[in-house]
Amino acid sequence: MSIAGKWLGRIAGIALAVGAVGATAQAADKTLRAVVHADLKILDTTWTTTYITNRYGYLVYDTLFAINSKFEPKPQMVDTYSLSDDKLTYTFTLRKGMKFHDGQPVRAADCIASLKRWMVRDVMGQGLAKVLQDFEVVDDLSFRMRLKEPYGLVLETLGKPTTPAYIMPERIASLPINQQTTDSIGSGPFIMKRDEWRPGNKAVFVRNPDYIPRAEPADYLSGGKIAKLDRVEWLYIPDNNTTLSALMAGEIDYFEAPPLDFIKPMMEDKDLRVLNIDKLGVQFVLRPNSLNPPFNNIKAREALLYLVNQEEVMQAVVGNPDLYLKFCGAFFMCGSGNETAVGSEPLRKPDYARAKALLAEGGYKGEKLVVLLPTDRPQYAAATMVLASALRKAGAAVDLQSGDWSTISVRRARKDPLDKGGYNIFITSQGGPDPSNPVANTWFNAGCERANPGWLCDPELEALVTAWTKENDTAKRRAMIETIQARAYVAVPYVPYGQFFQPIAFRANVTGVLVSGMPVYWNIDKQ
Amino acid sequence: MLGLVIRRILATIPVMLVVALVVFLLLHLSPGDPAAIIAGENATSEDIERIRATLGLDRPLVLQFVLWIADLLRGDLGVSVYNHVPVTTLIAQRVEPTLSLAVCTMILAVSLAVPLGIVAAWKVGSWIDHAIMGLAVISFSCPVFLIGYALVFQFSRTWKWLPVQGFTPMSQGVGPYFAHLALPALALGLVYMALLARMTRSTMLEVLAEDYIRTARAKGLGAGAVLLRHALKNAAVPIVTTIGLGVALLIGGVVVTESVFAIPGIGRLTIEAVTQRDYPVIQGVILIASMVYVLINLAIDLTYSLLDPRIRY
Repeated sequence: MSIAGKWLGRIAGIALAVGAVGATAQAADKTLRAVVHADLKILDTTWTTTYITNRYGYLVYDTLFAINSKFEPKPQMVDTYSLSDDKLTYTFTLRKGMKFHDGQPVRAADCIASLKRWMVRDVMGQGLAKVLQDFEVVDDLSFRMRLKEPYGLVLETLGKPTTPAYIMPERIASLPINQQTTDSIGSGPFIMKRDEWRPGNKAVFVRNPDYIPRAEPADYLSGGKIAKLDRVEWLYIPDNNTTLSALMAGEIDYFEAPPLDFIKPMMEDKDLRVLNIDKLGVQFVLRPNSLNPPFNNIKAREALLYLVNQEEVMQAVVGNPDLYLKFCGAFFMCGSGNETAVGSEPLRKPDYARAKALLAEGGYKGEKLVVLLPTDRPQYAAATMVLASALRKAGAAVDLQSGDWSTISVRRARKDPLDKGGYNIFITSQGGPDPSNPVANTWFNAGCERANPGWLCDPELEALVTAWTKENDTAKRRAMIETIQARAYVAVPYVPYGQFFQPIAFRANVTGVLVSGMPVYWNIDKQ
Repeated sequence: MLGLVIRRILATIPVMLVVALVVFLLLHLSPGDPAAIIAGENATSEDIERIRATLGLDRPLVLQFVLWIADLLRGDLGVSVYNHVPVTTLIAQRVEPTLSLAVCTMILAVSLAVPLGIVAAWKVGSWIDHAIMGLAVISFSCPVFLIGYALVFQFSRTWKWLPVQGFTPMSQGVGPYFAHLALPALALGLVYMALLARMTRSTMLEVLAEDYIRTARAKGLGAGAVLLRHALKNAAVPIVTTIGLGVALLIGGVVVTESVFAIPGIGRLTIEAVTQRDYPVIQGVILIASMVYVLINLAIDLTYSLLDPRIRY
């Protein structure tokens, strides 16, 4: 090494030595430095469906029920519950000793207020609200939920994994629904350090010393949530290369959503571990707009099924064949309890001639099809380009209209005709366990104006899903899934456009990372 | 002089008003708005409309502008539509990292560029001149992010001397503070070093060809005295102008550097606000940045008269 190099090394060594004092202090108190996939901006879990706010919710709040690795709802804050013989009244009793972060006890009234707030917004909550008669406080730890008619999804609804019914203090949950709460007082295993929150940079959570975990071992999102870390620091680093370098250098411990082309080099690094914590993964969704021709015609929507080569799409989106399924024809995700291949035959192999004929049958006469292309979402952009190519092979004229994600998000919510800014198709995705449930799978909703952008209107499909929600027998419900999917392949709310997995990466000294469907921070330890 | 300062400060008021109007119109007339992003990917159109109404984005544009200007006149830049944190707080949280990076970069760039430019001019046509100008061309031609990644690879990943990313406030220790700033300042500083070195060299060459330099040499003054006392002082005005323009360029460079090195500064705040359509934050940052530009220009103008006694206001 040159003399200059030696001096540079000495100067850097001094700087690091000074910094090491702070680093040692941090290491002693078990701090996990995690780079998360997005900046935490919104603290109101009923205000947004963004995944980052949902994951924040799991740190600071708790839920009445939570699903286990078999996707069964298990009591979480609830100690015991019972259902009356007429299947109309549920009585829930909470575990003793639970406290909010402000020291106040968790009461039945808090649970009722939280459920009421959540049910206004959440799609599964809205389903439960339709059959709800009323709530009644029995005592501080117990409450009743009375239904107008039997409903088969009560526990699944209360244990919904994505955007679940987080329990917050009554004083917060009772605020007007149109008022965004900025409070973060929950009863979960971690407490948010509001004084250290730097939007756009960092959010800090510390262990909740008053949290009483369940006695059962942690299982997916259920069981004992034991906070072994003293402190979790969420860092938002927008540059993935920087995050990878920081992980390799040991400056961070946990990389929540590494780009899929980083997976191979990370697996080869002996200091890093790569783990797929979501057995179901992410489903890509090809969503036609049912308001505008030609996809307001059922035949034209059917034509889309014959355009798909999922492996080609996943090659473009993911690349690494270890991280995607070559084919999945299940609307409710392959690997879930509701997986079925019924009706998926058209999706197996592209047939452009058939697609062309169906488009014509659906009234398509060669006019331009407006396809939305979000240029700053590389995975969506890649899938959209594959779609455009397939449409052209079927003789369609494609008008790719590009914009950044913000522009596309607004655009796809517009119900206008094509000449006034409307569109025909866009690509989106959904992850976690929710798509495996016909109600929680929001792109499956065929409720016309109430449905997600694309606004499919299919009363037959809606009726089948409603009947499914009212069935209490699990075996019968499973059989009904096949009927629902068969109808879905006729009505085509969307086209399943491929399924892939998004592993996380962490340093080798991080242990206890749970396969939980989404990143959670209980059970994790740092050696 | 005082009259000039007062006049220039008063002149910023109409500038600010024009900036406010243009920024507001540009933002609100361009496609996209924050409601869809707040609602999330799986939201319905009704969810988005409800949020838009709550944020007041469904009101007439004129009314939105009037309300914003009224708040502005009371010194209230508003709150972020996402987290409800006041814009002034968000900006205040980001000032130290950006200011630190900008100051360190300028100090590094000026302290390297001016001597190199002087030496290149002094040894014009020699291998030293070619080497310095070659380095300047390379530095000026390389994108900042490329220099940044290269520095991280060598200094952080290979030698493990310096941290990859982040920022540590001065209050948490001088060592970590400079350790975190070293690579970003170097990555960003090389570009300005190149710009300044070339400017210094060309200005010095012009001055060194002047008669009074020949006279100074004829009187037997040493090279150091000629270069520093006579030539540099007379070449200083264009150099200072370039430094001032460099600050404007620096703001753009800071955005990239802050992203590459994960520094939570104003640049990243701006980029995130733009991509997320956080209107109050974008408007606030641009207004303050415009004010800073005006003040920097004023400072440069005042510096001229200090460097050149012939310049009077």
